[in-house]
Amino acid sequence: MAGKKVIGILGLQGAFKEHIECLKSLDIQSRLIKSKEDMEGIDGIILPGGESTVMGKMLIDFKMIEFLSSKIRAGLPAWGTCAGMILLANRIDSINGAHLGVMDIDVKRNAYGRQIGSFITSQLIPVISNNPIPLVFIRAPYINSVGSNVRVLCKVDGNIVAVREGNMLATSFHPELTEDMSFHRYFIDMVS
Amino acid sequence: MNERYELNKSLAEMFKGGVIMDVINAEQAKIAETAGACAVMALERVPADIRRDGGVARMSDPKLIKEIQSAVSIPVMAKVRIGHFVEAQILEALEIDYIDESEVLTPADRVYHIDKTRLKVPFVNGAKNLGEALRRIGEGASMIRTKGEAGTGDVVEAVTHMRQMNEDIRYLQSLTSEQLMSAAKDMGAPFQLVKYVNEHGKLPVVNFAAGGVATPADAALMMQLGCDGVFVGSGIFKSGDPTKRAEAIVKAVTYYDNPKMLADLSEDLGEAMVGISVSELDEKERLAYRGW
Repeated sequence: MAGKKVIGILGLQGAFKEHIECLKSLDIQSRLIKSKEDMEGIDGIILPGGESTVMGKMLIDFKMIEFLSSKIRAGLPAWGTCAGMILLANRIDSINGAHLGVMDIDVKRNAYGRQIGSFITSQLIPVISNNPIPLVFIRAPYINSVGSNVRVLCKVDGNIVAVREGNMLATSFHPELTEDMSFHRYFIDMVS
Repeated sequence: MNERYELNKSLAEMFKGGVIMDVINAEQAKIAETAGACAVMALERVPADIRRDGGVARMSDPKLIKEIQSAVSIPVMAKVRIGHFVEAQILEALEIDYIDESEVLTPADRVYHIDKTRLKVPFVNGAKNLGEALRRIGEGASMIRTKGEAGTGDVVEAVTHMRQMNEDIRYLQSLTSEQLMSAAKDMGAPFQLVKYVNEHGKLPVVNFAAGGVATPADAALMMQLGCDGVFVGSGIFKSGDPTKRAEAIVKAVTYYDNPKMLADLSEDLGEAMVGISVSELDEKERLAYRGW
């Protein structure tokens, strides 16, 4: 059953190839999404790391933004990593007027400062895995506040860095840059 | 490899499929960000002007870099002269996101490049072939770009360097394990990195195109040759309509394999930068020969 699912990966800019490789290693089919037409028939979508300003602009210019946000609102499972989390959020740096604006979270961009503030840590997240998961933060955002339907999955130093809201998952960090596939497995479960 | 190096390589992964644009002030940086640049390169003069004006080209004024950093939310890069590790220390103190140890500036050392492992901030270096790329990675570079021939608007050198890189990689892949040390000796490249390329068939870091990209078609050409993304220097702000050209090049990098889209993107962009044909340059005017 799981083998027949197709997960779309937004391929406008950023580290989308890594997600494809991860899914491949789990025997899941993926499809690069660069247009509205590419989204036909996908069972879930991953919004990768990269620059949210670039992806956000392209989503508008290529008339994908409303189509994608309505698909997610209608229940399409979606997972945003880093920049992808910013795309999902309905508030960015406490200002309304977001990209997809589908997830009830307020994200802080570049929350750890510039590249020199990037870091790796690891944490036990029982709902995801029984083992500690390596967490890679690259010029990462974190979440200032969440709505009442949002479940916090992980905090690092008191800041929210992973959340789930219904069919949506968002992480500040990059599981696709590590060998640990537990977040990918979790998302595949959300899709199935 | 240490953790910092992994983080620095990973930031370059995030640039992939994107365009990094040269800017000389906060206003241009803002235009670049709005047009969809995934990062900006802060410098005092674009390569075309450095070429025209001559003189010694150095790291930018920190004031300018700070102004650009506060104007945009995307990563900010800046250039240092080859071998000038104090300029690099200064950029690290400014918390620059990436340092380009660049042949576009006047070299500060005839023999040595910077030992990039001594700094926390990441470095990108230019290369004409695989051996040069692996030497820079051996010194700690976490991203590579073609040297091309900056400030010309002529893509021929970037193409030459990328084709050479691909050819060198294919050659290493064809070797048996006992041939690798000999290849490392001939290439002047660290053995472990030669071994990596033999096993994986690619560089261990992200590789961008740079030096002479002036049109959406140039950008797509470099992507089809296998680059991960594109630097555009003089090509944007030396053209007739920088905003429109910048947007078109950004989109051309995303849709590099879609000729119909590229046709639309290439339409009515106004004047491209005038350009200089590389074949008309004297050997000593060729920036790509700086560094080894």
